[in-house]
Amino acid sequence: MEGFPILTIMMLVPLAGAILCLFSGAAAARFIALGATLATFVLGVMLWVNYEIGGAQWQFQESYDLFAGFSYALGIDGISLMLIMLSVFLMPVCILASWESIQKRVGEYMSAFLFMEVLMIGTFAAQDLFLFYIFFEAGLIPMYLIIGVWGGDNRIYASYKFFLYTLFGSVLMLIAMFWMVATAGTSDIPTLMQFQFADGAQTWLWLAFFASFAVKVPMWPFHTWLPDAHVQAPTAGSVILAGVLLKLGGYGFIRFSLPMLPDASADFAWFVFILSMVAVIYTSLVALVQQDMKKLIAYSSVAHMAIVTVGLFSFNVQGLEGAMLIMLSHGLVSGALFLCVGVIYDRLHTREIERYGGLSINMPYYAIFFLLFTMASIGLPGTSGFVGEFLSLAGIYQTSSLVALICTTGIILGAAYMLYLYRRVAFGVQKNADAAAMADIRPREWAMMVPIAAVVLWMGIYPESFLAPMRADIAALDAQIMAAAPASDANLDAGVSREASANAIEFEGEGDH
Amino acid sequence: MDFVTSFILVTPELMLAAAGLVLLLVAAWAGDKAAIGVSIAAAAVFFVAGLSLVPSLHMGIDGPDTLAFGGLLKVDSFALFAKALIYLAAIACLFLAPAFFNSKAAGVERGLRAEYPVLILFAALGMSIMVSANDFMALYLGLELNSLASYVLASILRKNQRSAEAGLKYFVLGALASGILLYGMSLLYGFTGGTDFASVRAGLEGELSLGKLFGLIFVMSGLAFKIAAVPFHMWTPDVYEGAPTPVTAFFSTAPKVAAVALTARVVFEVFGGQVDAWQQIVMFTALASIVFGALGAIGQENLKRLLAYSSINNIGFILLGLAVANVAGASAMLVYLFIYVVMSIGSFTALLMLRDEDGDLYETFADIRGLAVTRPAIAWCLLIQMFSLAGIPPLLGFYSKFVIFKATVDAGLVAFAAIAIAASVIGAFYYIKFVRVMFFDEPAGVATGKSGTTHWILLIFTAAIVSPLGYLLTPSLADLADKAASALFIGG
Repeated sequence: MEGFPILTIMMLVPLAGAILCLFSGAAAARFIALGATLATFVLGVMLWVNYEIGGAQWQFQESYDLFAGFSYALGIDGISLMLIMLSVFLMPVCILASWESIQKRVGEYMSAFLFMEVLMIGTFAAQDLFLFYIFFEAGLIPMYLIIGVWGGDNRIYASYKFFLYTLFGSVLMLIAMFWMVATAGTSDIPTLMQFQFADGAQTWLWLAFFASFAVKVPMWPFHTWLPDAHVQAPTAGSVILAGVLLKLGGYGFIRFSLPMLPDASADFAWFVFILSMVAVIYTSLVALVQQDMKKLIAYSSVAHMAIVTVGLFSFNVQGLEGAMLIMLSHGLVSGALFLCVGVIYDRLHTREIERYGGLSINMPYYAIFFLLFTMASIGLPGTSGFVGEFLSLAGIYQTSSLVALICTTGIILGAAYMLYLYRRVAFGVQKNADAAAMADIRPREWAMMVPIAAVVLWMGIYPESFLAPMRADIAALDAQIMAAAPASDANLDAGVSREASANAIEFEGEGDH
Repeated sequence: MDFVTSFILVTPELMLAAAGLVLLLVAAWAGDKAAIGVSIAAAAVFFVAGLSLVPSLHMGIDGPDTLAFGGLLKVDSFALFAKALIYLAAIACLFLAPAFFNSKAAGVERGLRAEYPVLILFAALGMSIMVSANDFMALYLGLELNSLASYVLASILRKNQRSAEAGLKYFVLGALASGILLYGMSLLYGFTGGTDFASVRAGLEGELSLGKLFGLIFVMSGLAFKIAAVPFHMWTPDVYEGAPTPVTAFFSTAPKVAAVALTARVVFEVFGGQVDAWQQIVMFTALASIVFGALGAIGQENLKRLLAYSSINNIGFILLGLAVANVAGASAMLVYLFIYVVMSIGSFTALLMLRDEDGDLYETFADIRGLAVTRPAIAWCLLIQMFSLAGIPPLLGFYSKFVIFKATVDAGLVAFAAIAIAASVIGAFYYIKFVRVMFFDEPAGVATGKSGTTHWILLIFTAAIVSPLGYLLTPSLADLADKAASALFIGG
């Protein structure tokens, strides 16, 4: 693999597909898009296989001086690798999900998705600050079009809100980037990650970055664009939005805010905790009363991402690893839940929970998948959701037991709204004749569900496969930021362990046997 | 300095002047039949004049060798860069014109008039003098040559009421601006005792007396009129809307470049020793232009008016580079100008292509509804231009904002940059409205007419430059702009 520009190729394949799709008819565009995303996925697998765990921190590096002011520099570490894998894995699923439900302007639709894929890979692989910004921000254009052209009835409001909210957040980050580059004298991300910025400046820089990432994540109270965008976007748009775009915010925190601005991160940790605690409780309660399935899952995303931010700012290895695992797991699970909604939406054209009921009778296989993803969202042991949430909460427990206590409540509330949703949709009597007449999932839908279900279980049972590539990077990050860790209120005092186990029976014999 | 050297330095201007006079005679004798021929000849002259700039532009020239006619003109890299850009814009506007004037959109005076290319030649000649002026007299001569040609161009459709109104408004307000500028110049002359930039600058050293300050402010106001910066922007929407669209395209590109370049030269070379006196004015004007340009555009239904506000908004960003008051800022300003010219030409070309079967032009939002379905190629090119104008990466419009804000932050004006960039989000609102109307709304199905080949070429060419491919141009563009900007300062 030495010298083979695999990251560039991974971006060129969907780019070529996108341009082809723009000029081809509906049927051809679907196959081109599927082919391009599958090819990119295969490249992604090659990338993972060839990624050397325990090797150099930055691998597959490429750098060319193509532009004035910044350079075309790519490279990945374990964190980027996992997020790139998530993107390329979800992409073919998105194309399949849109196979039949999108009937107008198919070529442009597929093209927008493929452009999106290019930009997502680019964002995670960029090693130049400004290159990162370009990829990060460029995603607005295809997503604006996806929501606006192929979205629901209120799509125009949702697309405007999405665009302007995220744009406003990002432009301030750009100013901060200029300042950082002017001060550090380089726009190379690995170098900047080692650079120590002055304390006073860190505060402002951190806030500017926060403006962008908090909107992307999204954190309460900057989350209001998300339910609108999710509800109006087509199914595949929601999958990408929840699956990957929200992760850009978390990735931003772990790549920029924490390593580059550790002191400010520590100063603002409680600010993040408070927003996250509010988010966990408040959005969970809001989710509980939703009548619209997509809105419910959208609010649950805000709650889950709040646990991510808590984990990230817990300043220890467990918290960081947990946050990364929740991001991966949430990408899969919420994506899959949106797919589940999409499956029945395609049949009945409504997202109203009341219109369904008793689906486990006429759609048993569907009900099984839906159940699996519901459980994974709750965080049942054995599914991907559990590992991440456990690690994340274990991490924050070491920093603050109060935050851990409140965020754990979120898990209970999560169980409440997800089980309530599931009961109303899948169990009970078949209230509506048209819902009762729906056919079970078809082969195409099997092909979407099975891979995600398999990975959800894989991540739940053997998370080591996913943690191993990131371990060294997270350990390095932890070592770098540990010195700045905020004051802990956990007062953990490791007790002296007993000499024998608690139920050991005192044996008074001679002991001669 | 002997006259031969001076004449060699102003070769492009001589070419334009000679061609303008000859073609004027051709136009007078052959009439409008020769219009296309005259246009092609004018474009060829621009092309040759532009080519003659390339070697010295590439090498970068400045210093006393660039002074012509005893210091009246200064043909340094800065002037060359601006001239090259002006000639390119002029060529594009010559290409845009025939299809418009030969269609029904031109009303009763159908048919390209032979005066059109001649007037463009004279206007460009005036601009050439403006950007290389090194003396207030030369400056004023160039400015008026350009302005008078522009007034006529605005009202070239004599029997069209809107065109005539635009010409008249432009004339009255332009004359007022010239008056203000002249008054400022006379004050400066009175208080410093010279009209050439170097002696005025020398006279302004030290404490600014009230008279000098008034002179400075009057000159700045006059220039602000010419570049249509807030608060002297009111004429722009009316003139842009009323003038024939190819002329509007011309107004929003070449004269903008010339006026901005002129402003930059005046503030750096004349007021360069008094940065504190004008920096605040420029900062205020820049911010006000960004905000009012954006707010004014939001309510517009007419696309030409909207692009007029958009040009005010863009001038705001260009002035940010000026407010920085250093080489990097001036260089960023030149890069921005180049990209802005490309985007403007692209947008106006797209507007000119929106016509019905008879060739009538469409120019309101209602007419471009659902354009993505009826005319996808035009809609996609316009989408690229709009996102680019909004400064969304990966389009080249982002790079123009990138260099401007980088220069601003590098100079330590962080808070100023943050306010300006936050205000730029307001502008995004109406640019994405363009996209919304074209892509999200149901088709109105009115723009069905065929478009000419020259339009297609310009549309695709500008879209290609603005697309991410344009980033490959940035190293050479930045290099040229740096040379031009440093020439400006070494001379000052």
